[in-house]
Amino acid sequence: MNSREITTQISKAADFLNLKKWDYGASFSNDYSVQVDKGEAKQLKASQKQILTIRVWNQSNLVGITTTSDISESGIKKALKQANIASDFGNKNESTEFSPLAKDPIKVKEVKKRNPVGIKKLLTLLREAEVKLVESHESIKSVPYNGLSESFFERVYANSEGAFRSYSKSQAALYLYARAEEKNKKPRSSGSVKLGYGADDIDIESCIKEASNKTISHLNYSSIKTDKYLICFSPESFLTIINAFSSMFNARSIIDGVSLSNENSIGEEISTEALNIYDDGLHEKNISSSPFDGEGTPTKRLCLINRGRIENFIHSESTARIFKTTPTGHAGLGSKVSVSPDWIVVEKSEENFDLKTSLDHSTYEGEFVYIEELNAIHAGVRASQGSFSLPFDGWIYKNGKKISIESATVAGDIKYLLKNIVNIESSQEVTTSGISPHIWVDELSITGDA
Amino acid sequence: MLSSQIKSNEIVFGSCNKDLLEEIIFYGIGLGADFVEIFIENTDNSSVLAEEDFITSVSPSFGRGAGIRIFKGQKDGFVSTNDLTKHGLMKSVSQAIEMLDITDNKREVFNGLNKHRDYSLSKKKWINEVPTIHEISEKLLVSTKSLKKNNKIITRKGSYSRNLQEVIIASSDGTYVSDIRLHQTVGLNVIASDSQYRSSGSRRFGSSGMPNEFRLWDHEKAANDVFESSMNMLYADYVDAGQMPVVLANKFGGVIFHEACGHLLETTQIERGTTPFENKLNEKIAHESVTAIDEGISEGSFGSLSVDDEGMEPEKSVLIKDGILKKFISDRAGELRTGHKRTGSGRRQNYSFAAASRMRNTYIAKGEHSKEDLINSISEGLYCKSMGGGSVGATGQFNFAVEEGYLIKNGKLTSPVKGATLIGEAKEVMPKISMCGNDLELAPGFCGSISGSVNVTVGQPHIKVDSITVGGR
Repeated sequence: MNSREITTQISKAADFLNLKKWDYGASFSNDYSVQVDKGEAKQLKASQKQILTIRVWNQSNLVGITTTSDISESGIKKALKQANIASDFGNKNESTEFSPLAKDPIKVKEVKKRNPVGIKKLLTLLREAEVKLVESHESIKSVPYNGLSESFFERVYANSEGAFRSYSKSQAALYLYARAEEKNKKPRSSGSVKLGYGADDIDIESCIKEASNKTISHLNYSSIKTDKYLICFSPESFLTIINAFSSMFNARSIIDGVSLSNENSIGEEISTEALNIYDDGLHEKNISSSPFDGEGTPTKRLCLINRGRIENFIHSESTARIFKTTPTGHAGLGSKVSVSPDWIVVEKSEENFDLKTSLDHSTYEGEFVYIEELNAIHAGVRASQGSFSLPFDGWIYKNGKKISIESATVAGDIKYLLKNIVNIESSQEVTTSGISPHIWVDELSITGDA
Repeated sequence: MLSSQIKSNEIVFGSCNKDLLEEIIFYGIGLGADFVEIFIENTDNSSVLAEEDFITSVSPSFGRGAGIRIFKGQKDGFVSTNDLTKHGLMKSVSQAIEMLDITDNKREVFNGLNKHRDYSLSKKKWINEVPTIHEISEKLLVSTKSLKKNNKIITRKGSYSRNLQEVIIASSDGTYVSDIRLHQTVGLNVIASDSQYRSSGSRRFGSSGMPNEFRLWDHEKAANDVFESSMNMLYADYVDAGQMPVVLANKFGGVIFHEACGHLLETTQIERGTTPFENKLNEKIAHESVTAIDEGISEGSFGSLSVDDEGMEPEKSVLIKDGILKKFISDRAGELRTGHKRTGSGRRQNYSFAAASRMRNTYIAKGEHSKEDLINSISEGLYCKSMGGGSVGATGQFNFAVEEGYLIKNGKLTSPVKGATLIGEAKEVMPKISMCGNDLELAPGFCGSISGSVNVTVGQPHIKVDSITVGGR
């Protein structure tokens, strides 16, 4: 069944069950991926997936939901029946409605449709990449974590009031994590990830170069003394922190009492005035963009922090109604509708604030710690408490020379971190999760084992 | 020849699918595959969430699909699909064959499937024995009410989920089995707040193959435990970072062994060349007080199985005996690529993942000491009563959050501390586990890795680590 036929089938089955109000989200995908091991194909994988989530409203206007991979006529009927039963347990304390924006026009990025290059070509490309990466330095012995994949999928949202949206797209991803070994030293590992609309769009050479340079740069390492340090966050690591604490901007989290913010936090100063943060799912550099969310609300650019103050929260339909505003296009369809950011863009505001502009990661000659990548986010972040303690990969810089840090964690409080930003570099870098410049923060605790 | 024997053109759960499965396997072998494996599943899941004094989410889901794996030499091609018709399954086999670029004329022999081993016979009634949504909702609401013990508790949550998975596994070595798996898990969470102070507490419980278990769950005891944990930590100071001895509590304390050492004993790590223990079989890798086990046979434990996802009954594997490495955890691909015999540990989240060597119920065996013996032996250190999650890096470094910690001074527990993380490397820490308590207990969890998220049990008695890096502020 295609998406129009599914809509018709749901409509018919809903009529039969006397369900007047319903909506659904569906996704259909074909994925292909390869992994290699020392020049040989290791695992080749293909999958065809379909997922349908149906919501129904019963006569008391309570919502029930069911998810299934069985998109047959009988599967759809069963899903509607189960959703109807589940609606008896619908949340009486917080109602859910269709998004008032579910029929508004959407902006779809114009991207040329890619065709699958096929497993054989994926395999050839990855084999070549593995060889080049291993040959790039004598200490790189293997690439234990690697993969090249391409996905083709369609997303659909429709409801009983006639809203219907669908879009299809393709995406490819390459990751290369190399392992380097030298005599009498611990093995070191680092890597790179690149995305593209298709396998042919991925900059494989830069992925190899980045993985190689990063891995080699960690070969000479030493332990670091436990102390407070001046820190430079790479764009990737700063975006990791912001995403980990995005509950600060999340209306769902605020209602649930698990956010550091509350309903009165709009306008609250939470960082240096030089900081602007946006959520911009439709940004031209966002390969994973989607023109609408799980409730059919169009995706849009939204300012979260303006000159250090909270400007907006992200919303679903129900949270927007509670906050007396409009949905922002950040909902995920579910029994309890989730809210999450799309793609974070960090900028230095245009006004000339009191930043230490001499702090530039490529020229500064004083002592500082450069945090390249933060790890174990799920374990080391207490979003509801604002605290974090995270292992990282990075270097300590002294007198313009850098040495890799053997093993260390950085710990602190998100509010302290944002308030103690001492410089925001001018140039931004595109990462897989957003865009950010390098961000400097003073006096964060680092635990090492020196 | 075989098409005349086909009785159904689609997989039908609860019926004999032997003829259709044989035809699919013959088809793959005929096209040049060395080995063909078919994994088919039918799922019926539901979850319920209670927040404060309301049920805020009831989420049923169901689905079905197949994962087909073809081996040629040491290479494998894996295709997953929702199409369980003969046409859909054959198309998947063709796709896997094409991916592997099989062109040689060498043909393996397939002698048909063995007698059906049906592990599901006594389990078909489970779907009618599990608690209803009404029962679950009522008990969760009583549980969240029990968490409201003072006005410092600002958020209360109770969650339940039930996964019922019916599987059919067939492969060209004759394996033909069916099984039904039931997993139930329930968790409680609170956030406590008092002016600028905040803390949280959480506990999760789980079982496999015990439809009545949720009804027997002692929610009052669980609520008291979660409440006390959050209160103890509410005004805690941040821990000072440094090297120190630690005592890790039993139950979920075993997550460190699971993450930091257990994963390094899976044959997938040997295949990648990422375990420091690859060539250490029968060598000492841990303190002689350490014996570690991985098994899938403890009745009701979250990681137990009647049969693994490759059709093999699970065994009890002694991984480390008195500090000596004795065995690796292996699946079919692991045996093929590393030579380590299968241990009934081929596991996957669902049909869309190829099975891999994964842990089941993994724990450090009990020793002779009491918990007090361990604490009394430390003049200054840290007691980690409750562990959070953690991770292990590509080179074996691990990092774990301590959810509830207390300083040890002169052999006694003193003030609570927060913000601690334990940092180290398995091969350096394992020799430092110098004392094991006599109070082994297990705890359920979910483990995410190459073949998705699977149910596991972690466990240990109280253990003492002579020195480890504690991250803090």
